Amino acid sequence: MAPIIKVENISKTYEGGFHALKDVNLDIEEGEILALLGPNGAGKTTLISIICGLVNLSEGRILVGGHDTVSDYRKARELIGLVPQEIALEPFQTVYNGLRFTRGLFGKRPDPEFLENVLRRLSLWDKKDAMTRELSGGMKRRVLIAKALCHSPKILFLDEPTAGVDVELRKDMWEVVSQLKKEGVTIILTTHYIEEAEAIADRVGIINKGEILLVEPTRSLMRRMGHRELRIELTEPLAEIPAALAGYDLEFGADKQTLVYAYEANGERTGITSLITDIKNAGLTLRDIETKQSSLEEIFVGLVKEQA
Amino acid sequence: MNFRAVSSIYYFEMARFFRTITQSLISPVLSTSLYFIVFGAAIGSRIDEVEGISYGAFIVPGLIMLSVLTQSISNASFGIYFPKFIGSIYEVNAAPVSFVEIVLGYVGAAATKSLFIGMIIFGTAFFFVDLHVQHPLAMLAFLALTCISFSLFGFIIGLWSKNFEQLQLVPLLVVTPLVFLGGSFYSIEMLPEGWQTVALFNPVVYLISGFRWSFFGMADVAVGVSLAMIALFLVLCLGVIWWTYKTGFKIRS
Repeated sequence: MAPIIKVENISKTYEGGFHALKDVNLDIEEGEILALLGPNGAGKTTLISIICGLVNLSEGRILVGGHDTVSDYRKARELIGLVPQEIALEPFQTVYNGLRFTRGLFGKRPDPEFLENVLRRLSLWDKKDAMTRELSGGMKRRVLIAKALCHSPKILFLDEPTAGVDVELRKDMWEVVSQLKKEGVTIILTTHYIEEAEAIADRVGIINKGEILLVEPTRSLMRRMGHRELRIELTEPLAEIPAALAGYDLEFGADKQTLVYAYEANGERTGITSLITDIKNAGLTLRDIETKQSSLEEIFVGLVKEQA
Repeated sequence: MNFRAVSSIYYFEMARFFRTITQSLISPVLSTSLYFIVFGAAIGSRIDEVEGISYGAFIVPGLIMLSVLTQSISNASFGIYFPKFIGSIYEVNAAPVSFVEIVLGYVGAAATKSLFIGMIIFGTAFFFVDLHVQHPLAMLAFLALTCISFSLFGFIIGLWSKNFEQLQLVPLLVVTPLVFLGGSFYSIEMLPEGWQTVALFNPVVYLISGFRWSFFGMADVAVGVSLAMIALFLVLCLGVIWWTYKTGFKIRS
């Protein structure tokens, strides 16, 4: 199946000469959740803004649902809903009228039943007649999401949707996102909360200094790049690592009572069985064993550091 | 053509007008009434007729133009600048809306507002002076053309302004002097000869002259010339907007 969004060799140089994106290629599959990760200023928002039409591209082209975002922008934009990073709402307008306005911009007639559904879904129905300036920060963010959904887009962009949002709203938001995914909506999000991306995204794209470093299914990335550690706590502290265990590249943990063994999670032979046997043969007694998997965050930090 | 988008922007902007209906209407009506009292009644009572028309009536077209010009510019410039300032313009940018539709929505609403205000001031004038309009259709046409072309001009100012100071600066430094020197309160012929020539470079002279002709059948310059100058101004504004759009429209980077 053709990707729903095809980004081909796009570059963006801003007026001041800042090279925000360098020859970026990206295919986004229909129905997936793609998380874009990257440090501040990496180009995530620029990429999203170009796809959505907020920023003009310098080179390359983008197809959304097969429609060029420049020459066939109407058809391309009809498919997209955008939740921007910054809260940007007309302060003196009611929530409901704001939604009607957005729907109108997309050429759709006001559909009270549909709008009520959108508002209820985001727990905004009782705020429909409130002016946006009277709402709390979290509520405003809900309004932004409602606006993005009110023309039934097939693709939803969420730019840092959980920045500065309390736990409850974050939970609600991810619920809405997974519900939308079930309905077949393609979702592209950027976030700083990497554990969220790890939990929700089908694929992860890592972007730094205007370049996409990798795009990979979250699970295989975790498998491929994830390191595991085996922490072995002994009953007695050691003076030094016994010679019989020299071949395992062991290190001491926090104290001389803990041994740390690092291994590749996807390795065919992890060497754990023989290590345990050798420890036993060396006359040591185990008190506890713990394994630890490196998180997406550690993988991410490692990759970005590598590039720098 | 995405007509729903045009009407969405239009009604959105009109809603802004009706939200602040008191200040939108009271301030122009109040300031015009003050002009009538000061220039029409107090000073005007000592001035004989100008070109056979009582001074109070003579200044009506100029006063309407004065308000319509400033209102068109401030409404249209604010209308596009404010969403740019607070960032909510992203919605329009991300929607399947063309540049023509954006201009139609924003400028159409601004022009409607100032037309509305122009008509209210026109109505107010009847409380102060005896007025008889010789060419009512031409009057409406001149008024509408002025509303549209100066709303376009205001839209340009709103697009280009980088802060609220700039938004105020052009109306304050350029438009107000042009309007005052454009013959709102006097006939160009009352100026010394050299200044008459200078006045002909002021576009507002043509607006007021043409508008005054529709009221009284007399004008400083020929009606055809007035019409041509307004049309020229309109085309010029459209040209600048088109060029601004080509270079990113100042709302996209």
